[in-house]
Amino acid sequence: MLRLEKRPSPSRVWTAATPVLAVVLTMIAGGVMFALLGKNPFEAIRIIFWDPLFSPQFASYSRPQLLVKAAPLILIAVGLSLGFRAGIWNIGAEGQYIMGAIAGAGVGLAFYPVQAWYVFPLMVLAGGFGGWLWAMIPALLRTRFATSEILVSLLLVYVAQAILASMALGLMRNPEGGGFPGSRNLAQYPAAANLELIVGSGMHWGVVAALIAVIAATILLQRHILGFQIRLAGQAPRAARFAGVSPNRLVVLCLGISGALAGLAGLFEVAGPAGQISIDFGSNYGFTAIIVAFLGRLNPIGILLAGLLMALTYIGGELSQFLLGLPAAAIQAFQGMLLFFLLALDLLSNYRIRWTAWGGR
Amino acid sequence: MAELLRVEGLTKAYPGVVANRDVSFTIKAGEVHALLGENGAGKSTLVKMIYGLVRPDSGRMRLRGADYAPAEPRAARAAGVAMVFQHFSLFEALNVAENVALGMENPPPMGALAARIRQVSDAYGLPLEPGRRLGDLSAGERQRVEIIRCLLQEPKLLIMDEPTSVLTPQEVEILFRTLRQLAAEGTAILYISHKLEEIRALCDTATILRRGKVVAICTPAERSARELAELMVGEALTSPARRDRPQGAVALEVRDLSLPSPIAFGTALAGISFTVRRGAVLGIAGVAGNGQDELLLALSGEIRSAPGSVWVAGADVAQAGPNARRRAGLVTAPEERLGHASAPDMSLVENALLSGAARKGLVARGLIDWPKARDFAEAIVQRFDVRTPGVGVAARALSGGNLQKFVIGREILQDPAVIVVNQPTWGVDAAAAAAIRQALLDLAAAGAAVVCISQDLDELMEIADDFAALNGGRLTPTRPVQGLTIEQIGLMMGGAHGLEAGHHDT
Repeated sequence: MLRLEKRPSPSRVWTAATPVLAVVLTMIAGGVMFALLGKNPFEAIRIIFWDPLFSPQFASYSRPQLLVKAAPLILIAVGLSLGFRAGIWNIGAEGQYIMGAIAGAGVGLAFYPVQAWYVFPLMVLAGGFGGWLWAMIPALLRTRFATSEILVSLLLVYVAQAILASMALGLMRNPEGGGFPGSRNLAQYPAAANLELIVGSGMHWGVVAALIAVIAATILLQRHILGFQIRLAGQAPRAARFAGVSPNRLVVLCLGISGALAGLAGLFEVAGPAGQISIDFGSNYGFTAIIVAFLGRLNPIGILLAGLLMALTYIGGELSQFLLGLPAAAIQAFQGMLLFFLLALDLLSNYRIRWTAWGGR
Repeated sequence: MAELLRVEGLTKAYPGVVANRDVSFTIKAGEVHALLGENGAGKSTLVKMIYGLVRPDSGRMRLRGADYAPAEPRAARAAGVAMVFQHFSLFEALNVAENVALGMENPPPMGALAARIRQVSDAYGLPLEPGRRLGDLSAGERQRVEIIRCLLQEPKLLIMDEPTSVLTPQEVEILFRTLRQLAAEGTAILYISHKLEEIRALCDTATILRRGKVVAICTPAERSARELAELMVGEALTSPARRDRPQGAVALEVRDLSLPSPIAFGTALAGISFTVRRGAVLGIAGVAGNGQDELLLALSGEIRSAPGSVWVAGADVAQAGPNARRRAGLVTAPEERLGHASAPDMSLVENALLSGAARKGLVARGLIDWPKARDFAEAIVQRFDVRTPGVGVAARALSGGNLQKFVIGREILQDPAVIVVNQPTWGVDAAAAAAIRQALLDLAAAGAAVVCISQDLDELMEIADDFAALNGGRLTPTRPVQGLTIEQIGLMMGGAHGLEAGHHDT
């Protein structure tokens, strides 16, 4: 029978190989699923992974989309990964993303139609602050009353969605929009717009922020004492207290950072690709980023790659829906398989599998 | 009385320690038999062998005249041996009857089982309602669930591992009545404890273990608690030669330190006071669970205490955190080396940083100086002869003794004014233990104040200048080791009657 044996030290080979193996296994299992749905599996996999980047017909549209979709995922996932490493589970990044967008858009709309250089920077600050403030609710409830940050942050997502709907229908509704729900389009308000920095590249300020976040998180985790404390608290909570780490301080810090980054992602989205506060502004980036964080093994560089990969499956998934008529649920199942295989294979880095005879001890 | 269980020459060795050496004794039917000894004397290993959890290396057992070698607890239960563990295995979300059923081989239907539970609980005076949820029960009531689970199987031998450690005095009374009734009906009880008065009150015979060996078999009622303590502590204690170390100013002072325990079933600290001078070693003895862990946490800064209760070199650090205390000169080494003193999955370099950051200047403006941390880790490995392929390996890859040398060495190399260590040589082989003790003595000779919390009396006699014992969260007055008799030590530790008298006559 199969037996698991703990390795003395985690295997570096398997730590690096499991994400690749997980992608391969996902392709196989996904291919089987697509075949069962009556589609050509090879064609489906090609459309998901290859066509968005290299097809002469679609690549000019999809390549910029890759950055547009990956940036918020990476930005949010980097923030989440810090908390996840410390054993602090912010599941409500989606809510912080929405609240960041509302706060940032609120500042932009308040200044409308002032044309000044400071409008966009103020919106960025407000966006980060909005996300941070929303994350402080689970943080303070946990440190004061020992509530579960998992439940509180998750439930606050639905509160944020309700606030979003009310804003789109009420306070922030475009007065010149003919009564339709949704705010003014910020992308058409130059002082507040998060425009492409290089036309046709998809590169906007959110992409820059995501790259900065990846670099900052890498330095934090490798060189900074706070990064060490985060890792220590996640791996050995008692040793962390012995090392002088205050658990409450870490909770406030990690939820704060992840909330602020999610808020920033929301702001860059609302001022750029989305353009306006609308009822359906929330696009589940906050939830998908959880998958991205784990797919990237909670490592900033890994998250960068995982974010790009996840964005690719989004774009490729849409493309395959359009070209092959695959149901949206099949694409979601495909993405779910990716996380499933990754987590299952994760075992291999810390354990070795041995085959032993029946009845052996 | 008929002989029930005969144990002949049982030996069990673990790497680095012989837990049981040639242990022989017999238990008669209907007898309450005490197994007495300090922590680490080998009581747990012995009963685990009887209950089939551990296989002996050599020796044999006979149960009711037949060979008895249980391969697993199920076989032991089938042979009529039941055990109530110190730590319960119960589910809080289930009710009493469901919990009982989970531990049975062939549980009857719930209704019948509930009736049986009521019947047994009435018969043995153990009030327990089968329908109550376990989460609502007290520790004593939970223990009754475990006992009734055993009794339903009508055991011939009932093993109880330190059953009174979680009970109130009233609950202890009820338990003792039940045990006496069981014995009167012919069930033998093997009762493990280090509480002398309890054993004198309850047990017919006592087998006393010390360092894995049977040192005496006696009738406890005929012996005084004082005599039992001496037997338990042993007479092999060597009085230390007078050491002349110049003692300096007071380095650590604890004044009336009281704290509730942060640990479930932990011991609250009550009014602890002591001082240690530079160059002196204070040994704090006591059986495990008498507040050692809590005292270490209060000194390391992991729990804060009332202002004015902990002073280092004249500064009040009672409200300071671990790193502020380290900067003030107070370093500590907790008992649990893996998970508390070190992070198992982190490298030795990272573990060197763990407590060395503050005093060794390994962090500048928030950034870690990894080369310097690596140098520090390598210095520890070299100075304390830590056997490891390198400082990049995870802490969990080291053997217990080597990791212990590393975590103690890490504190010693920080050149502290005060060092507090808890069980510094627990589970460590003799050579490593000697190296650790010598390092502590060298540190004292260099002018540091050393506090050594240990259950190993020989160790304390070897290195300590002054001696105190923790008992139920209270600390006895500190006395010089010089001139202290074994009898006085045993009484300071055991909490037996006559303790106060022992204090007054010297």
